[in-house]
Amino acid sequence: MTITILAFGVAKDIFNAPSIQLELMNDATVMSLKYTLEQEYPRLKQLSSYLIAVNNEYALPEDYIHQRDEVAIIPPVSGG
Amino acid sequence: MMSSSLVNILITDAPLDITACSQWVMTPESGGIDVFIGTVRNATKGKTVLRLEFEAYQTMAMREMEKIATAAFEQWPLQKILIHHRTGVLQVGEIPVIIAVSAAHRDAAFTACRYIIDTLKQTVPIWKKEFFEDGEVWVAAHP
Repeated sequence: MTITILAFGVAKDIFNAPSIQLELMNDATVMSLKYTLEQEYPRLKQLSSYLIAVNNEYALPEDYIHQRDEVAIIPPVSGG
Repeated sequence: MMSSSLVNILITDAPLDITACSQWVMTPESGGIDVFIGTVRNATKGKTVLRLEFEAYQTMAMREMEKIATAAFEQWPLQKILIHHRTGVLQVGEIPVIIAVSAAHRDAAFTACRYIIDTLKQTVPIWKKEFFEDGEVWVAAHP
């Protein structure tokens, strides 16, 4: 399945785009998504940390990703 | 913008209004209003900051702010909560964030206001870029 990943902050700079398309297995989890992302964009591994949000909620590593989910990469936040 | 009678949450690229924010939380039952105003500082670790840029994941940031307001109402006897956050480019002295809380008694207002800004900084998906004379950096992105 093809998933669109939204990017913000430093992740947008790493992708050089506000979103990217990624091909994932149908039973992909957040953990496998992060692995795939880091293979394509090794600079992600240099971040202090980053989380994945699925449908506007912080997701756990074992959560599954589905075809029409809204997926976003959340680098360390720094609002306020 | 999410606005009920008790909670007012906004992410905007327009300047924030301190007077309007403090007035919105005022109720006849209020004994005090606590307002936190974040301002753009001219330096980070001794280095001159020229300006900041804030970017938000709008829909998720609104939801995370609503969660913070709900959690504050569950923990303290509060009357109204307002959380406004600015996006875009801000110059030194401008206001990126206003938190306003009203309560019958000051202890709850002080404590909740601090809880809201501290939690916002930890959980709400908003990012700040600092612009220096010799470059720019996303805050907290790298170790």
